[in-house]
Amino acid sequence: MSLDLLTPEFLIERDRNRCIDCQVCVRQCANEAHSFDAEEEKVVSKDEKCVACQRCVVMCPTHALSIRRFPLEFRENALWTGRTIKDIYKQAATGGILSTGMGNDKPYPIYWDHMLLNASQVTNPSIDPLREPMELKTFIGRKPEKLEFKEGKLITKLPPRMELDVPILFSAMSFGSISLNAHKSLARASQQEGTFWNTGEGGLHKDLYQYGGNTIVQVASGRFGVDPEYLNAGAAIEIKIGQGAKPGIGGHLPGEKVNWEVSETRMIPEGTDAISPAPHHDIYSIEDLHQLIFSLKEATNYKKPVGVKIAAVHNVAAIASGIARAGADFITIDGFRGGTGSAPLRTRDSVGIPIELALAAVDTRLRDEGIRGLVSIISASSIRNSSDVVKAIALGADAVYIGTAALISLGCHMCQKCNTGKCNWGIATQDPNLTKRLNPEIGAERAANLIRAWKHEIKEMLGGMGINALESLRGNRLMLRGVWLSDRDLNILGIKAAGE
Amino acid sequence: MKRVYAKEEYCVGCRVCEVHCIVAHSDYKNDIVKAFKKQNPRPLPRILVEENRPISFALQCRHCEDAPCTKACITGAMQKDPETGVVTNEESRCVGCWTCILACPYGAISRNEQGKKVASKCDLCSDLGYTPACVKNCPNNALVFEER
Ligand code: SF4
Ligand code: SF4
Ligand code: SF4
Ligand code: SF4
Repeated sequence: MSLDLLTPEFLIERDRNRCIDCQVCVRQCANEAHSFDAEEEKVVSKDEKCVACQRCVVMCPTHALSIRRFPLEFRENALWTGRTIKDIYKQAATGGILSTGMGNDKPYPIYWDHMLLNASQVTNPSIDPLREPMELKTFIGRKPEKLEFKEGKLITKLPPRMELDVPILFSAMSFGSISLNAHKSLARASQQEGTFWNTGEGGLHKDLYQYGGNTIVQVASGRFGVDPEYLNAGAAIEIKIGQGAKPGIGGHLPGEKVNWEVSETRMIPEGTDAISPAPHHDIYSIEDLHQLIFSLKEATNYKKPVGVKIAAVHNVAAIASGIARAGADFITIDGFRGGTGSAPLRTRDSVGIPIELALAAVDTRLRDEGIRGLVSIISASSIRNSSDVVKAIALGADAVYIGTAALISLGCHMCQKCNTGKCNWGIATQDPNLTKRLNPEIGAERAANLIRAWKHEIKEMLGGMGINALESLRGNRLMLRGVWLSDRDLNILGIKAAGE
Repeated sequence: MKRVYAKEEYCVGCRVCEVHCIVAHSDYKNDIVKAFKKQNPRPLPRILVEENRPISFALQCRHCEDAPCTKACITGAMQKDPETGVVTNEESRCVGCWTCILACPYGAISRNEQGKKVASKCDLCSDLGYTPACVKNCPNNALVFEER
């Protein structure tokens, strides 16, 4: 096939009045969209190579560049959009599965934007967080059934828990899918802000054991990087059953990304594909899960909370109930908009359910069954800002994971090309030319700043509601009202309509 | 004295430092476009990025304690300021014999043959009186200006 039917997605515009032909853009684009024409003595570009990551735009010292959508109008219609047509061209050219990075970008409803928060007026005073103490402390883990005191002292032995200064954690992203510098940034930011980051399924690099107190170590179906030292290094263990971006399927880290550091951390030979099977081959029932949970607790002397992460799928509430009964200390629910380093496009865009509905359904179910106290719920996916966090907490989450937002704080520009390994921002890549672009000192500061900024905003919103401790908002769905929602949606979310 | 130090592990080889060095030594210190498009000849960058990918780092004069270039200089153009420690070449006195280039153990001096031959080197942005332009503009903090 000599003729490629694909047309460029983006247009690179270079303002010739500003461009000084310094070639900074040439050196920065890993997709080789810019080059220097020595004969003409000027920088030129190839639109078809551009993925709109904006690296060159940001780096250009004279702001001479802008990237636009390529102004090509397909003869498209509501059914056959440009994107659907292009997908067919791609598959007709390759015969392969379409793969992509980042989360579901289809225009499904975003329930966060259909829920509004309450505020105090007249009948109950609001609180000014700058003048009065405001408590965001959050504990993740099993709650004791009752507390017993003797002579004013607590005598109940508390189950192992994670203590967070903010109800926000960095979600699981493996070393391999993202760079070591990205891990370093998140680990340092967690330590600084009193929260936790999650290793993902790729093990913990030896340089990061020092952040163990702020680390959640993951155990996934590939069991990469799992040994006694690893399990004991973290503050908690998370068993990964599924991921919101690709429920029901495993993972595949191509051999090119398995350099010696990734290989050492994952404990697999250098250059080999790291394949995570779709299921855990030792888990086919809740009873099997129970066994793994307790094997891990045994291996860590019952000192660490052990959680289970699942993707939000149709019967998520029943599954969560099983997980709580199987002895998990926390359940992570990852909605269908959760990010990924690589997923088959069709799975990413069409499998799973929205986190808002899943979260409400799980919280309701566990309450109805009287087992909500057995577990903490961490809500993952599509948290974009602090008001999303507040809404998630009001819906019933104990805390939220942020992944995509965290990467954006590190410089990610959402080009959705994480799967190519050419991340121009040094995040989703193992290419040493690119990974050094993320200076972990800067990364840690930016990620920590984001958490701090959200912390202030959360306090502000709580104060507005007249609440001075996050605990009073947890599962307090009276603080939410729905707009543009059907009765069925309102019912599942367990909230009233605005005006009610 | 405060010197510019490179952190090679974070240098991304973009050469933005070179661009800003040129601007800082042009007549248009606040206008990159004019510095490049109007000034002819264009000043040379006094910082040079050395690279053998993935390794890269930006090198400029170390402003050595014993500054061999100053001792080698046949006209006394190359001087180390006894107070600030900054080594500068007084270009009007420089005859372009390149003896300093031979003497510099770091290869930090380059030939400027655009007009009158002069040795061109980092002056720590002395006349700007603040953080050197390369350090200020490095996008990844791969250059630091500090006392060590
Ligand atoms: S970085 Fe900007 S000024 Fe430099 S060559 Fe590219 S477009 Fe031109
Ligand atoms: S891919 Fe990124 S760096 Fe390359 S031209 Fe496009 S926006 Fe610029
Ligand atoms: S500006 Fe910084 S990162 Fe870029 S080449 Fe210079 S020292 Fe390296
Ligand atoms: S030019 Fe070379 S010899 Fe002279 S002070 Fe700088 S580094 Fe030292």
